[in-house]
Amino acid sequence: MNPQNKTHSELAKKFNRDVERVNWHDKTLWFVREKRDKSAHQLAEWEQLREAASQIKNNVLSNLHNYLIEFEKNALNHGIHVHWASTAQEHNEIVHSIIKNHGVNNMVKSKSMLTEECGLNEYLHQQGINVVDTDLGERIVQLANEPPSHIVLPCIHWKKEEIGELFHQHLGTPKGNADPQFLTAAARKHLREHFLTSRVALTGVNFSVAETGEIIVCTNEGNADLGVQLADVHIACMGIEKIIPKRKHLSVFLRLLARSATGQPITTYSSHFQKPREGQEMHIVLVDNGRSERLASDDFRNALKCIRCGACFNTCPVYRRSGGHSYHTAVAGPIGSILAPGFDMAKNADLPFASTLCGSCTNVCPVKIDIHDQLYKWRQVLVKNGHTTASKKTGMNVMSLVLSLPMVYRFSGTVGRWIIRTLPFIVNNKFNPWYKQREMPKASTQSFRSWYLNQRKHGQ
Amino acid sequence: MGSREKILAAVKKNQPAMVEMPALNFAGSKAVDLKQQFIKTLTGIGGTVIEVNDWKEVSDHIKSTFPESGRIVNRVADLDFEISSLKSDPHDFSNVTVAIIQGEFGVAENGAIWLTDANMGDQALPYICEHLILIINKNSIVPTLHEAYDKIGSSTYSLGTFLAGPSKTADIEQSLVLGAHGSKSLIVFLMP
Repeated sequence: MNPQNKTHSELAKKFNRDVERVNWHDKTLWFVREKRDKSAHQLAEWEQLREAASQIKNNVLSNLHNYLIEFEKNALNHGIHVHWASTAQEHNEIVHSIIKNHGVNNMVKSKSMLTEECGLNEYLHQQGINVVDTDLGERIVQLANEPPSHIVLPCIHWKKEEIGELFHQHLGTPKGNADPQFLTAAARKHLREHFLTSRVALTGVNFSVAETGEIIVCTNEGNADLGVQLADVHIACMGIEKIIPKRKHLSVFLRLLARSATGQPITTYSSHFQKPREGQEMHIVLVDNGRSERLASDDFRNALKCIRCGACFNTCPVYRRSGGHSYHTAVAGPIGSILAPGFDMAKNADLPFASTLCGSCTNVCPVKIDIHDQLYKWRQVLVKNGHTTASKKTGMNVMSLVLSLPMVYRFSGTVGRWIIRTLPFIVNNKFNPWYKQREMPKASTQSFRSWYLNQRKHGQ
Repeated sequence: MGSREKILAAVKKNQPAMVEMPALNFAGSKAVDLKQQFIKTLTGIGGTVIEVNDWKEVSDHIKSTFPESGRIVNRVADLDFEISSLKSDPHDFSNVTVAIIQGEFGVAENGAIWLTDANMGDQALPYICEHLILIINKNSIVPTLHEAYDKIGSSTYSLGTFLAGPSKTADIEQSLVLGAHGSKSLIVFLMP
């Protein structure tokens, strides 16, 4: 996903070259955030729902062992095959073996962040299996050979003219036609053929219920349903943390999910799969891939409560201006930045720093994950484990020296103000990272200390 | 040790001390007129809601809305359309223009209609048709999803779904387009 091993700030720099696009991206996502607000404010009980969702998830994490066993038992009773995968590799192998058993070499797939996390498409491609992503946004990025840049809006970084050109190349639409209605109709026709010919369909899982052994899949397009209902085999892949105890708890989560994601009162389709259709074979793959380990951490366990609504993306001032690909991980944004270091600390050491710690993510999270606190805590862990760049370390050392010696602190303040006033080009240049994308502030003629002492002297 | 045992052992070892389950009492704002809220909400998300007095009105509406022959698959007994027989292969429905299905009940807060495989006949039908028609009783509308799940209770089904509006996407520059993969339109008839 990040072959050049570039950091968030390096990749963000690339995204920031196109100012107009960044501004559009920023504004559009903020608009989605506003739709979320409007929708949330219509419910007097919104905060109660968030609190209940958070507590239900806390209960889930504290009793996950029993819920997993209960879920498995009920699913098995309904004739569903249940598989367990410790790692991403094992998950991919299980999915491949199911496909192979049916002697086919293609599959339709609806949105599943877990399969992105596991690199399933790439793995199956190597085994000669052709995977067709059926969510429109995911199909667009798949045709462009890119990962999604947002968990709910996968191609939010694409302009319609570019999609028109992409469809012209791959689907044979007329050159220059960039009308969303027309392009969506073209994709409908193109994907309908795949729905009608695929014998295996894979879906993600939004929620699974221990009490009933059912799984719930939410989409607006209906792509998960069409795929599943026209296939002989339904494979559903889920992280072990997706379980909730009882069916009635779905009311809390379904009321929160779409409102938080896009401001809709509910997704168009909220499908509850409890038993395979007559003649159909259904498989559920339960995936750990580091989750059980995360469960042990008091500081970082809460990230497992995530319901993947994307609200923290849309509100994040850094995400909106740096784009999803700058996070070089399957789940981008604030939640991705606290999940990714748990998978691979060295590779994702930059991500907890891709934040202003403003706390907006925490405020909109429907399950009350303390996202900005965890970003801050990851920074401590990363520094303790030596995952900081030399320049940051040097800077911090200099800063700590200056702050510990009052004389040096006062002198450097005087020098700094003099430089900004007299020789601004020394700081207003590309070597100063704080000068990027912004103007330096005007320097005052006196320090706060001298102002304060002066005030005291005059008895004010 | 297999992966199942390995995962379960790790979860058991690492899960924190038991956190109690919260009570679910939401002193929320409940709409006074459930029917009006349902109509307003579903219309807002692209659906069409028509109040009728009897089955004949439903049949007449359907005939005048879809005058071209097209293929109509009807799953509702009291209508002036033959009940369509179901084939064992869902692919048979790939050319269906209109599907008519009875829904179980509506939800006022989000305009969703609950239906299960028992209503659908074939599970592919509500998704594969060009236009979907659902019929519910207007007295069946509940305020929120909490009451909806009370109503569903512990019933079992192969597939149960909340269906709210026509299929849609906004993946291209956030422009809303109806008819992504599922039905391009949804008409809901409210029966007395």
